[in-house]
Amino acid sequence: MEDLVNLNRRELLKTTTGMLTGLVLAGSPLALIARGPAWAVDLTALTSSEGATLMAMARTIVPHDKLDNAAYAMVIQAIDSDSGKDESIRKMLKDGIAALGPGFATSEENDCVAALKKIESSTFFQAMRLKTVQVLYATPMAYAYFGYEGEAFSKGGYLLRGFNDLRWLPEVPLQDSGPMPISS
Amino acid sequence: MASIEHNDSSAVVIIGSGAGGGTLAHELTRRGIKVVLLEAGKRQSTETFSQVPGEAFLQLTWLDARTQSGNWGVARDFPALPVWHCKTVGGTTVHWTASCPRLQPWELRAKTTYGEIAGASPIDWPISYQELEKFYEIAERRLGVTRRNGVPGLPASNNFKVMYAGAKKLGYKQVHTGHMAINPRPFDGRGFCIQQGFCLQGCKMGAKWSTLYTEIPRAEATGNLDLRIESTAIKIEHGADGRVNAVVYRDGQGKEQRQKARIVCVAGNAIETARLLLLSASSKFTQGLGNSSGQVGRNYCHHITGFVWGIFDKPVNFWRGATLAGVVEDEVINEPRRGFAGGYRMELLGEDLPTFVQVGLPYGWGRDFASVIESYRNIAGMFINGEDLPRADNRITLNSEVKDAYGLPVANVHVNEHSNDQAMRKHAQGQMSKLYDAIGAKRVVLGPTPPATHNMCTARMSADPREGVTNAWGQAHDIKNLFISDGSVLSTSGAANPTLTIVALALRQSEYISQQMKARSI
Repeated sequence: MEDLVNLNRRELLKTTTGMLTGLVLAGSPLALIARGPAWAVDLTALTSSEGATLMAMARTIVPHDKLDNAAYAMVIQAIDSDSGKDESIRKMLKDGIAALGPGFATSEENDCVAALKKIESSTFFQAMRLKTVQVLYATPMAYAYFGYEGEAFSKGGYLLRGFNDLRWLPEVPLQDSGPMPISS
Repeated sequence: MASIEHNDSSAVVIIGSGAGGGTLAHELTRRGIKVVLLEAGKRQSTETFSQVPGEAFLQLTWLDARTQSGNWGVARDFPALPVWHCKTVGGTTVHWTASCPRLQPWELRAKTTYGEIAGASPIDWPISYQELEKFYEIAERRLGVTRRNGVPGLPASNNFKVMYAGAKKLGYKQVHTGHMAINPRPFDGRGFCIQQGFCLQGCKMGAKWSTLYTEIPRAEATGNLDLRIESTAIKIEHGADGRVNAVVYRDGQGKEQRQKARIVCVAGNAIETARLLLLSASSKFTQGLGNSSGQVGRNYCHHITGFVWGIFDKPVNFWRGATLAGVVEDEVINEPRRGFAGGYRMELLGEDLPTFVQVGLPYGWGRDFASVIESYRNIAGMFINGEDLPRADNRITLNSEVKDAYGLPVANVHVNEHSNDQAMRKHAQGQMSKLYDAIGAKRVVLGPTPPATHNMCTARMSADPREGVTNAWGQAHDIKNLFISDGSVLSTSGAANPTLTIVALALRQSEYISQQMKARSI
């Protein structure tokens, strides 16, 4: 979250065209790593309402109800950054957003799903889907939410940190596994 | 490290520094032979390996453009990335999961064992298992493979406990933590496995064998190796006598260089090896080097692969622990009653979150897709690794429509699956689903075929020069001083992860090359 805020201060040197904002959900993984109760992501190529449409789209593509909007906002920020660098991407997004219409961002999930099904084979949808899965699950918020603990080298690996802590199945006999290299 | 003149025609030039090229470079230099080792990638180290999955992918992967075609799932699911191998010093041994099974004796006699199969082109290997076995033994000692030569197995991870319990319920007997080139205890100046779960990102402990920090520095220490990084071979040249005599490459500045050579050994991974031979066509060898048989690039094999995920109601935390340290080997048999020729392994697999979502899951979106990811903590994983049948038209060709940074045609990878391949995958997915169901999986998810990491057979060894590209030593049938030193030379794929076999063949080839040089035969 700190990275997210700092990144945005740098981006502010450019012209800001839009913004996505939200409150950190109490008890969410984000609350543990956020510095304050609110978050904001500045957009430099897309407007706030375009950003909101893409947010709704990302949430429909991979709906994780308890995952904070701030994580999805990272996806939109990445797309916004791409479209600032490449006019053809910006045009594709703007056309796609316009076709979804102004009501999309506030529609019920079922209606969003139906609207996206109709455009599933489009370049716009496929680009959004790909970017969403690429960015969302690489965020610290997603790591925390899904329980993924990330790199372990800096902490000595998982050797003494639970790589074999499963107790709901029998242990594997030594002849089919091997000894621990060091004792815990 | 040696500095060898571009005009020095006494050196052996090796193209590629992975399992084959890196091993060969060490073996030749320690015998006093001067070697120029061309590596297209940069040099990383255990200190520089990125610990962010997406960054590690960009740091290590060969990302130059390729195209693909055919009905295999990779063309649909991963259109921009038909194969996933490395472009870095150490090649794909930086990224590999270090599984080191041996091929079985009957797998080396594919044509004899399987008989005629319409639409497939298997051959028998030109070397016997007994011959290969000698080099398997040397390779296993060199790599410190577990469960061989008194090296203990790796301890069981959570993910393996799930696999083991399910496999035993199905009655499987050969289930263990694998023959892995991963140190269970310190060995050979390398660290031991601390179960990071980051085999794919480069092992910061050096617990996993890689030519990057074993064979290559040892070759450098002999004083006979000239390693040139960021050097991309673009053509192998020959003289009027038909013998190769130089390699043209682009250096790190994009400048064209020409290194004279007494012998050229190509080890650029089966895609680039075939491409380079084809790119080196000349007025004398109009179809490309070593290609009078027309076999260069053909019979491309990549193994029948795919993910099977079991979702449980209790945590597994399958990302903790050595990525592939577990195997069921009971299905590595040829049993036609199963409905297909050849065998397959079930291999353990855990994935970091970003890779799991991007590579491990079948295409999808919406509630159901998201619900699988919601279960990330409770997932156990396995991977199919089965023999695919060679087909003459599954091949690497030059795509003149798409050019690389130097204006040269890129490789096209074409794969149409044989019905045998599809029957094997279906059987494997069925057995692996049963395995998880047997211990109470809530749901089993069948993942896609990922971009191929086991690239094989595109310059295969053959007894009959019409059926392959090289003889039993990886020496081109057509050109005495041209060798192929990577997975391209495997005659068929078998069901074994290929690296151990590539290393064994490189060890064997190095003896042959040094003998032939001494005898002045080449």
